[in-house]
Amino acid sequence: MTQTIIWTIAIVTALGLVLALVLYLVAEKFKVEEDPRIDEVEKTMPGANCGGCGFAGCRAFAEAAVSSETLDGIFCPVGGNDTMAKVAGILGIEAVAKAPMVAVVRCNGTCQNRPKVNDYDGYPSCRVKASLYSGDTACAWGCLGCGDCVAACTFGALSMDPETGLPVVDEAKCTACGACVKACPKSVMELRAKGPRGMREYVSCLNRDKGPSAKKACAAACIGCGICVKTCTHGAIVLENNVAYIDSSKCKLCRECEALCPTGAIHGVNFPKPLDKDAVKARVQERQRKAREAAAAAAKAAAEAAAQEPQKKEEE
Amino acid sequence: MKRTFSIGGVHPHDSKISRGCAIEPLPLPPTVYLSVAQHIGAPAKPVVAPGDKVKVGQVVAEPGGFVSAFIHSSVSGTVKSVAPRKDLAGNEVMTIEIAVEGDEWMEGIDTSDTILTEIPDDNKAIIEKIRLGGVVGLGGATFPTHVKLSPPPGSKCGMVIINACECEPYLTSDFRTLLEKGEQVVIGAAILRQVMGNVPCTIGIEENKPEAIEHIKAVIEKLSKISPKYQGISVLSLKKRYPQGGEKQLIDAVMHRQVGSGALPISVGAVVQNVATALAVYDAVLKNKPIVDNSVTVTGECFPRQANLLVRVGTPLRFILDYLGGLPENAVKVISGGPMMGRAVSNLDAATLKGTGALLMLTEAQTRRKPASNCIRCGKCADACPMGLEPFLLNRLAKVDDLEALEANAVQDCIECGCCLYSCPANIPLLDNIRLAKGAVLRAIRARATKK
Amino acid sequence: MSKLLVSPSPHIHSKDSTRSLMADVLIALAPAVVASVVFYGWRELLLMGVSVATCVLLEYLITRFLMKKPSTVGDLSAVITGVLLALNVPYTLPWWIMVIGAVVAIGVAKMTFGGIGQNVFNPAIVGRVFLLVSYPSQMTTWSAPQGLFGADAITGATPLGAIKEGLLKGSSVQDIMAAGGYDYSSMLFANLGGSAGEVCALALLAGFVYLLCRRVVKPWITLSIFATVALTSLIFWGINPARFTDPLFNLLTGGLILGACFMATDYVTSPMSNWGGVVFGVGIGFLTVMIRYFGSYPEGVSFAILIMNSVVPLLNRWFKQKKFGRA
Repeated sequence: MTQTIIWTIAIVTALGLVLALVLYLVAEKFKVEEDPRIDEVEKTMPGANCGGCGFAGCRAFAEAAVSSETLDGIFCPVGGNDTMAKVAGILGIEAVAKAPMVAVVRCNGTCQNRPKVNDYDGYPSCRVKASLYSGDTACAWGCLGCGDCVAACTFGALSMDPETGLPVVDEAKCTACGACVKACPKSVMELRAKGPRGMREYVSCLNRDKGPSAKKACAAACIGCGICVKTCTHGAIVLENNVAYIDSSKCKLCRECEALCPTGAIHGVNFPKPLDKDAVKARVQERQRKAREAAAAAAKAAAEAAAQEPQKKEEE
Repeated sequence: MKRTFSIGGVHPHDSKISRGCAIEPLPLPPTVYLSVAQHIGAPAKPVVAPGDKVKVGQVVAEPGGFVSAFIHSSVSGTVKSVAPRKDLAGNEVMTIEIAVEGDEWMEGIDTSDTILTEIPDDNKAIIEKIRLGGVVGLGGATFPTHVKLSPPPGSKCGMVIINACECEPYLTSDFRTLLEKGEQVVIGAAILRQVMGNVPCTIGIEENKPEAIEHIKAVIEKLSKISPKYQGISVLSLKKRYPQGGEKQLIDAVMHRQVGSGALPISVGAVVQNVATALAVYDAVLKNKPIVDNSVTVTGECFPRQANLLVRVGTPLRFILDYLGGLPENAVKVISGGPMMGRAVSNLDAATLKGTGALLMLTEAQTRRKPASNCIRCGKCADACPMGLEPFLLNRLAKVDDLEALEANAVQDCIECGCCLYSCPANIPLLDNIRLAKGAVLRAIRARATKK
Repeated sequence: MSKLLVSPSPHIHSKDSTRSLMADVLIALAPAVVASVVFYGWRELLLMGVSVATCVLLEYLITRFLMKKPSTVGDLSAVITGVLLALNVPYTLPWWIMVIGAVVAIGVAKMTFGGIGQNVFNPAIVGRVFLLVSYPSQMTTWSAPQGLFGADAITGATPLGAIKEGLLKGSSVQDIMAAGGYDYSSMLFANLGGSAGEVCALALLAGFVYLLCRRVVKPWITLSIFATVALTSLIFWGINPARFTDPLFNLLTGGLILGACFMATDYVTSPMSNWGGVVFGVGIGFLTVMIRYFGSYPEGVSFAILIMNSVVPLLNRWFKQKKFGRA
């Protein structure tokens, strides 16, 4: 009995040793020479293999990063600046910091704002729906509501709100990998700068139709009235194809456009205080009144000066 | 045994309830809307401006490229606007809006009913007349006919096939055309066969239209006594089976030859034209009449009045329905075309196009899709696929966007006939996904071709 | 006017549904069920009731409470599994063993893979084979049919079992056949001991013809099984008729007809293409005969089908339908 146990242990141990030796020799013989920094870089990666960087996965990213000289155009949106600083450290080069980004939904066509005008009965996919027709609301530009973005998100940061029929971004989970942007056939999803403490302003609409038909399709549509463009003192808003767009690099988060937008198409998020629309409106109107007065005064002065000029000449 | 194509196919219920209704002209609508994208290829370029007076048959848009076609005013009146307008799917398309005033035709157009049988000998002039007449394939694809009649150098045509299958359920406009304008169709066919080099011509008709088969046979016999140009045209009765009217399927059925993947019918020596196209060719060549009207079947069990109407191109759909008593309460879907391949209409204010062959109304019970359940691997989709594909596999690959595997499994050969979805007992929306994947693969193939 | 409905084409659908196809299979099984009740009595019907009820209830509970999805029992596939399983066991089987078989069939072979359409192996066969190896004595105690209101059960071996046993004792096939009084007409019309579904070949064939007429199944799998069994056993029988049984005997006994017509043709666990089906059938036929001739079990259809089930994904990959216009 004891002998059996001893023999068993001995044989198994010997077998283990022999196999370990074989494994070691084979591994040595067929070893692939690789830049050890690739492994190091890969270790610092988030490891989600989401493809948000444009490479096939974290390993492919690491290979590209090591073989590139400058890290130009190579950025891990998930790991962000911290990860890139580490990667740059390993490679001994300087990292270029990027502003953190987040996905935003640029459509506010909730079930209430944007009534359905027909009934879609095909496969519930935004891509299928978009290739078939303009959609089940009168707006041909907005969210189709089948949740292709939700399916594309590997971080669980997106969900459909059954109340509104629109996707909702969980900012804590969103890594700005851009998968939803690629998935959306209507380009409703946009990666925007996260902003200081998450505060940001954006136009939540893409409707390029002329004002009346946009308004008819959706109560919260941008009607291209241009009030926001006139209001903005930072030149951050442009109006193109009947729809406004806020350049986040120029926006100073004064929220004036948001207060003045007649349809509520401009959204401000994560601000500590709720927007007092009337106060801001009054402020803007006061400023515009003053500006008008100043302009009028200047014009008057100019006119007087112009009127005096010939007199002067005559005098001379 | 009657001939038919060799792979797959389904037998949907015939439902040709409007087959007894003679073609009647629809009154002129107050306004017509002429889209510049009524054909495959480049959209036409408008050559009229708001305020211009136009007559019936006057060119309002010129071809925007080699594969493109003329568009003629279908009414006389004043151009109101040239602006984007929503089509039947709600997408904006450049559209010429014309307010109708009277019904004055361009000079030189023969609007009489006299049947002309003298076919000119100059083939080049004939093709030019077809081009100027804005003739496009009216069987569904709306491919410009003059392009099809000018095959690439080196290819040789062996047979002209006139597609008179009308294999889709409900549709009867081609059937009525065969019965009422049989002479014109046969003369059109004779023109086509002369242009392609005096090749034989076969008119393929499904066996469920015996009246049409008899009538066309009699017409051919009568005409072939007038001129030898009408000899060499024959009628072939085909077994009833969908999608027999598919170009590749019809060639297979008639000639027993299979057009290869991505190849044109001319590669096996065939040129296929639809009945309505043959009629349009007759009109354009012998009557100088461009496409300004076409026959449209308006039908559906829920619809109080079945009809085959002669409709001016650009007539708003709502005007047609209102003329026949309006959209019934229980109709939930309006389809432009047949139930297998037609497009669901989301915008009834859209207007007809040259290729609009039918307006079909279906009820909730007839058309609402049932909830999808698990695939039971019965293989009915693969049995039904006329291209010999495996829809269950393509569907699965499409859902994970595996373009390489999709191409290897020939998703690009799909003709979108709908047999797979029609026959799936688990109601899986196979074609919805496959159609999308086919588009993606075709784009990838084209991108590769241009790179090289 | 209500809102217009919009969907991609096609806009109509055939009348086929999973449920209607399964209902057709049930109709096709009806003659065999009736025959088995007529020959074996009410106990057979009760046993079938237990089997079907367990299958349906279990599928309902699993879909509703484990998978938290709408129940799939409405598609009738669980009913078919229940009926087939009951046809595959002796009518004397204790009811609790029947329940265990049904639990294995639905619970293990079908639902653990994800329910209808996802299973690799035919659930009814898995259930049967599980019982065969777990309760061999109850599963192989066959009784000669006694009729609806017949006398006491007489325990007897199946023809295949008797031959296996006799061969082991050194008798020749002809002697055993003569001693058992087996003849082909009684095999066709159900007079021999066996599991309930094996007894009436004609009833099974009638049901299969119905399935063919309704175009529910295609004949290729079944025909290739029959042809292969006949051909393989013809060769062996030709070599040594004393050691090997003849082709007709092999075709008519041991649930081959039930297996070839109703179990091997199961959509989920058979190849999709016609040629794949032929190869699948050849495999089943060959393995069946080999197991019968050389295996330790007298019967081989169930094992043969299970083995071939496992290569179906390969067959689906290798044997594809010819594509239009491609070589």
